Amino acid sequence: MTTALFFQYLFAGITYGILYAIVAIGFNIIYNTTGIINFAQGEFVMLGGMIAISLNTFLPLPLAILLSVIITMLIGAAIEMFFIRWLEGPSVLRMIIITIGISILIREFALHIWGENVRALPYFQGNEISSVNIWGTNLSPQVLWVIGTCSVMVACLSIFFKFTSLGREMRACSANRVAATLCGINTKNMVTFSFMLSAGIGALAGCVMSPITYTQYDGGTGLAIKGFTVAILGGLGNSMAAVAAGLLLGIIEAFSISVVPLAFQDAISISILLLILFIRPNGIFGRSDIARLKEF
Amino acid sequence: MNKKNIIHLACFTGIVILVQLLTQWTDTAYYLTQLTMIAYYSLLIIGLCTLMGYAGQISLGHAGFFGIGGYISAALTSHNLIPYQENTLVKMLNNNGFLVGREDLYGEALLSFHPWPACIIAISFTFITAFIIGIPVLKLKGHYLAMATLGFGIIIYRVVLATEVFGEADGLSEVPGFQLLPGLVVSGDFGARVENYYIAWSLVLIGIVLLLNLTNSRVGRALRSIHGSEEAAEAMGVNTARYKLYIFVLSAVFAALAGIFLTHYNGGIGPSETGILKSVRYVAIVAIGGMANIWGPLIMGVILNFMSLRGMLGTYDDAVFGVILILVMLFAPHGILRLNIWEKCRTIFPLTASKPTRLKENQ
Repeated sequence: MTTALFFQYLFAGITYGILYAIVAIGFNIIYNTTGIINFAQGEFVMLGGMIAISLNTFLPLPLAILLSVIITMLIGAAIEMFFIRWLEGPSVLRMIIITIGISILIREFALHIWGENVRALPYFQGNEISSVNIWGTNLSPQVLWVIGTCSVMVACLSIFFKFTSLGREMRACSANRVAATLCGINTKNMVTFSFMLSAGIGALAGCVMSPITYTQYDGGTGLAIKGFTVAILGGLGNSMAAVAAGLLLGIIEAFSISVVPLAFQDAISISILLLILFIRPNGIFGRSDIARLKEF
Repeated sequence: MNKKNIIHLACFTGIVILVQLLTQWTDTAYYLTQLTMIAYYSLLIIGLCTLMGYAGQISLGHAGFFGIGGYISAALTSHNLIPYQENTLVKMLNNNGFLVGREDLYGEALLSFHPWPACIIAISFTFITAFIIGIPVLKLKGHYLAMATLGFGIIIYRVVLATEVFGEADGLSEVPGFQLLPGLVVSGDFGARVENYYIAWSLVLIGIVLLLNLTNSRVGRALRSIHGSEEAAEAMGVNTARYKLYIFVLSAVFAALAGIFLTHYNGGIGPSETGILKSVRYVAIVAIGGMANIWGPLIMGVILNFMSLRGMLGTYDDAVFGVILILVMLFAPHGILRLNIWEKCRTIFPLTASKPTRLKENQ
C-alpha cells in the first residue's frame, strides 16, 4: 500500500467515523436522560438531509441547512411529546417497539414525500471533481467540511454539557433523576430537550454528509446500527469515548475494503458490534462495575 | 393438554375447514393462495410468540432464520449439479438417493438435491446457527438484545445480497415443489391449491399443539418465570440460560420451516424476505396480538397478513404496520385482544363502577 493510498483510506475512514460518532452521541444524549435507546436516531440524519435538499430549491444553502436543523429539532420534540412524555415507567421492551415504530413511520413518511430517488445537497465549495491536496492525497473539500463541522459540534457539545446551566441540569438528570427533580429541575423538559438536541446534531451531520454519501429515505437504519455499534464500543452514555470509537470503526471499515468485497462492508461493522456485545458489552473504554449499575 | 385447549384446537380446525368450504361455495378459491402463504407466516409467528411472550426475549432477526431456511433449501434443490457429476462427493450423494434428476423447461437434464435432504440440511444449519448465535446473544438484555438480533438479521441480508449462489439481488427462482409423500406436493401448482391449503394449516396445527404442550409443561413454567423476573427465576433454581437458548433455537427452527415451505410453495425467494422490515413486521404482529398467548398473534397475523398480501394496504403497507405498532404499544401494551374496553370506560368514568360497592357497604 502506497502512502497516498493509505491516507486516502484514512481520510475516508475519518469522514465516516465522525458521522457515526455524531449518531452515537445522539444515542447517548437520549440514553443519558431517559435510559432508552432511540431506534429512530438514524432517521433524524436522513430527515435533516432531505429537508435541507427541499429547502435549498428556493433558499440559499446556509439558510436551508439552518432551517432544516430547526425543523428536525421540532420534529424530535414533537416525537417526545406525543409518544414518550406521558408514559409512566414503561418497560424497555415497550420502548424498543415504540421507537422502532416511530422509525418506520418517519421512513415511510419520507418515502411518500420524497420518493425512492437518491438526492444530494450541492457541494459547499467547488464540485465533485475539485480537490485539495494534503500529504500527497487528493481530498474533496467537502471531506474537510464534514470533519470540521463535526469536530466543532463535538467541542460545542462538551462545552455545553460542562459549562452551561442547561447542560449541567441535563447531566444532573442523567446522574440521578429523582435527585434532579428534588433540586427543582424539570426532568420532563430535559427529556424533551435531549430529543431536540440529538435530532439537531443528527440533522446537521446529515446536511454536511449529504453531498458525499447522498440521502435516501431508507438510509437511517444502517446509520442507526453503526451509530449504536460506536456507542457500545465507547461505552453507552460516554460521548467523548464515542468519538474515539467512531473514528476507530470508520477507519476499520475503510481499510476493510482493501481485504474483502465492498458488499460485505456492512456485515463487517455489524460483526464488530456482535463481537463487542459478546466480549465487552460495557465498551472498550467502559468499566464493568459502572455498567452493572445501569438499567438496560 | 387441558379441556380449554382442546376446545380451542377444535374451533381452530373447524374454522380452517369452514373457510375452505366457504371459498368453494362462493367460488373464491383464489383466496386460498394467500391463506396458504399466511399459514406459513403463522408458523413463524407462533414460534416468535413463544420466544417473546413466554420467555420475554425480543428477536429482531427472525426474518434472518426464515431466510436461512428458505435460501438453503432453494439453493440445494434448484442448483444444477450435472457439471460436478464426476465429483466423488456428488457421486456418493447420488448413489445414496439424496439427489434427484429431472428436466427443466427446455428439456435439459438437471441434477439437484431432493427436497427432503435439502430440508433436513437447512433445518440442521438453522439449528446450529441459532445455537451458536444464541449462547452469547441471550446473555444480553433489553436494548442490547434487540440490537444484536437486528444486527444478525442485517448480516444475513447482506450476505444473501452479495453471494452469487443465492442469486444476489434477484433471489432464487424456479424452485421445484416439495414432495412430502407420494402424491402430496408443496407447490404453487394451480390444481393442488386445496391440498396445499390443508398441508399448510395442518403444519400450523401441529406447531400449535407442540407449543401449547411445551408452555403447559415444566419448560413453559420456567420460561414464564424468566419473563416475570430473571433474577427470581435463577434464585429458584431455574437454569435461565439453558431455557432461553432452548426456546430461541426452537423458534428459529419454526422460522426456518416456514421459510422452507413458503419457498417451495412460491417457487422462489428474494432478499427482501430476510430484510429488517420483515423482522419488524413479525415482532409487530406478535406485539399487536398480545404476547402471552398463541391465539392472539395467530388471529392478528391472519388478519394483517391477509390485508397485506391482498394489497389492501397499497403503498402504505409498512406505514400501516408502523402506526398500528405504535398505537398498540402506547394504549394497549398487552395486545389488542386483551384491551378491555369496559375496564377503560370504568377508569374514565369511575362513578359508574364504584356506586354498587358503596351501596353494599352502607347496607
